[in-house]
Amino acid sequence: MTAATNQIRLVGGRAGPEFHLTEEHHPENSTLLGFWIYLMSDCLIFACLFATYGVLGRNYAGGPTGAQVFELPMVAVNTALLLFSSITYGMAMVASQENKVRETLGWLAVTGLLGCGFLGLELKEFAHLIADGAGPQRSAFLSSFFTLVGTHGLHVTFGVIWLVTLMTQVARKGLTETTRRRLMCLSLFWHFLDVIWIGVFSFVYLMGVM
Amino acid sequence: MKMSEMPNLAASSHLDIAKLIFGRLTWDAFPIHEPILVGTFAVVALGGLTVLGLITRYKLWGYLWREWFTSVDHKKIGVMYMVLGVVMLLRGFADALMMRAQQAVAFGANHGYLPPHHYDQIFTAHGTIMIFFVAMPLVVGLMNFVVPLQIGARDVAFPYLNNFSFWMTVGGAVTVMMSLFVGEFARTGWLAYPPLSNLAYSPDVGVDYYIWSLQIAGVGTLLSGVNLVATIIKMRAPGMSLMKMPVFTWTALCTNILIVATFPVLTAALALLAADRYLGMHFFTNALGGNPMMYVNLIWIWGHPEVYILILPAFGIYSEVVPTFAGKRLFGYTSMVYATMVITVASYLVWLHHFFTMGSGASVNGFFGITTMVISIPTGAKIFNWLFTMYRGRVRFEVPMLWTVGFMVTFVIGGMTGVLLAVPPADFVLHNSLFLVAHFHNVIIGGVVFGAFAGINYWFPKAFGFKLDPFWGKMSFWLWLVGFYFAFMPLYVLGLMGVTRRVSHFDDPSLQIWFVIAAFGAVLILGGIVSFLVQIAVSIMKREELRDVTGDPWNARTLEWSTSSPPPDYNFAFTPVVHSLDAWWDMKARGYQRPVEGFIPIHMPKNTGAGVILAGLATAAGVALIWYMWWLAAASLVALVAVAIAHSFNEDRDFHIPAEAVVEAEGARTELLRTAA
Repeated sequence: MTAATNQIRLVGGRAGPEFHLTEEHHPENSTLLGFWIYLMSDCLIFACLFATYGVLGRNYAGGPTGAQVFELPMVAVNTALLLFSSITYGMAMVASQENKVRETLGWLAVTGLLGCGFLGLELKEFAHLIADGAGPQRSAFLSSFFTLVGTHGLHVTFGVIWLVTLMTQVARKGLTETTRRRLMCLSLFWHFLDVIWIGVFSFVYLMGVM
Repeated sequence: MKMSEMPNLAASSHLDIAKLIFGRLTWDAFPIHEPILVGTFAVVALGGLTVLGLITRYKLWGYLWREWFTSVDHKKIGVMYMVLGVVMLLRGFADALMMRAQQAVAFGANHGYLPPHHYDQIFTAHGTIMIFFVAMPLVVGLMNFVVPLQIGARDVAFPYLNNFSFWMTVGGAVTVMMSLFVGEFARTGWLAYPPLSNLAYSPDVGVDYYIWSLQIAGVGTLLSGVNLVATIIKMRAPGMSLMKMPVFTWTALCTNILIVATFPVLTAALALLAADRYLGMHFFTNALGGNPMMYVNLIWIWGHPEVYILILPAFGIYSEVVPTFAGKRLFGYTSMVYATMVITVASYLVWLHHFFTMGSGASVNGFFGITTMVISIPTGAKIFNWLFTMYRGRVRFEVPMLWTVGFMVTFVIGGMTGVLLAVPPADFVLHNSLFLVAHFHNVIIGGVVFGAFAGINYWFPKAFGFKLDPFWGKMSFWLWLVGFYFAFMPLYVLGLMGVTRRVSHFDDPSLQIWFVIAAFGAVLILGGIVSFLVQIAVSIMKREELRDVTGDPWNARTLEWSTSSPPPDYNFAFTPVVHSLDAWWDMKARGYQRPVEGFIPIHMPKNTGAGVILAGLATAAGVALIWYMWWLAAASLVALVAVAIAHSFNEDRDFHIPAEAVVEAEGARTELLRTAA
């Protein structure tokens, strides 16, 4: 980009090098790069929580172990909900690229519902554990479990709030440059949460019941 | 119910309502029985009221709100960061003076004037404030001001986010300052190690003040890191390839990458500590499987890169100052860039040297000891590069250059004691001693503080259009330099004799003389700080004498000196095109003519109050959490989300500066340059 602009300025006009542009300079929009950088920093928060779980995850303190409290079938359903929501978000993006506002909104709504389903099941699991005396205060294992999974859940919650906000904006303003850019950011965020969840599912649940 | 029980019942229900509203905040939280605090409060309140009164008297609120508080201009935000850093320096240094005074007198029967309960808060507040609310704002402020100008950009990538980041930093600073008069601060040391910082041993609000002030400011720092990385990668002027970037911009890039890569770790560590304290979890407790060393590891995985976050931009400042005042191109630009990158990566591989005594075994300690020593190699390369730049240059010893030379001598000493500490067996002896305290003050004062002062003296004329007074600048420099050696060389001696840090009373009278010398040094440094404030005041009064109309008072080399001082809102009427490293030097050498016609409208971001409001709500939430005012915490957080959503509906975010306005501004400068010539 820079080389090309540079050259155009250099040929036109007087001899000798030009030291400034004569038109407005338009640097590329930085939002996606900035959002990627933010996501990587968020990823590091999860890395810390995973590391903490890795260190403390077997400190049961005489309390229940993962094998005793995890219910894999429910977690499998939960995982399926979240993975499907990523697919439906992808469909929303496809629809937005074809300029189909109603279809985009429809797929976004399905995505939001799947996200809510995921959150509902997670809350049910948490309530169940706490009722059974396996709350986050019971042991370091449960503290790190609840915090890791809960932080992911909190992210999904914010994702859903963001999704509803964005649906309102798309419904009002249509697929403008701004709403498209925001849809793209939320898309990154949503898929990122999916990737984190795959880590949670394998590292916490699958290895926990082993 | 008998009548006699009625008043009781009324009293208890009254108490419950008060508790519901104010949480654990009661009248006892206000330290009216501590004369030192009451006196401090009186001074701060009087000073504050005077400032507020003057602002009201001269009807400046509207101006401040429109032109500064809501500004998204990176230059104004940079200046505000610097003001915050200097104000907080006064607070942090007052703490330092109090500690020096206590340790100079508290021997034998004399217990000094500070009880341990108070002394412990002071050393915690001193460390926390100096790192988070002095060094960080000074460094971030300089980067904010300089980087867009150096790369030929109109602003940062996300101007509104920049304003929000600044106000979050202010929110954290306000929270820390509040702890002085409402409740108390942590008594744990500046990193709040558990188990001491856990609820069992620190049940009061001190650690909560610590946690929430850092969490609020940390969000700001992280977002400004994202912002500056995106700015440097995406917004450089045409022709400025990475290897044509000024070294300060390079160090800013590496520092902000480090911010993005480490502040999340701080956020996570403090969040886990908060989970222990607020939700009764067991991450770092002694019971039920918790592991305090997990916290120590996490906090230093952030903490060690943090000191490089502070020092790298200082290295960048020296790399701008030395070539300018030596009148020569920087020696070894490429090696400087690679040294910076090596330090960036290696800073992540040394954290365990802060606790060799954890007992992780010879091989682990050996690894971290060696990585620590290795860092001194790229740092040494930088020192030689600056020396070789000065070699056979025609060095002008202006104030920024004095700070730089002072740094080169002082920092090398601090670096060498650091290498001593990197040897694990030596560290087992010197760990937690005053030797360590002397070492890190040696590198942070000699490196970061001297760098900040060099930067302030160097770029002040760019920001305000007149130079800082050199006489008071030299006073400030010499008092700081000599004061530093008096204040910290005795601590090396004491540390070698085995004196541990964070002690408020001593029995051995033979140690006292060293503490008295150190206190004398602190008084000299006070003179340095006062001289700096006088320097600012005198320079404002003598501004016509010190005025620079050229925009390039030092005959400097990089792009920020190609525009006027202070730069117009839009920085450059036309975006510069870069052909070489030291772009402005190149332009001057090849007979560059400043454009005087053909101006075009310029696209700019609009000011917004959203950043102030959001940061205010975040601060309210933090204070509410500290005092267990749950309703206020919930309300503030809901309001925070609501305002953020509402702001996302606002699309009226930019405007064009009309071409006529640019013609007018540039015409005025042409006229000024003509009359000056």
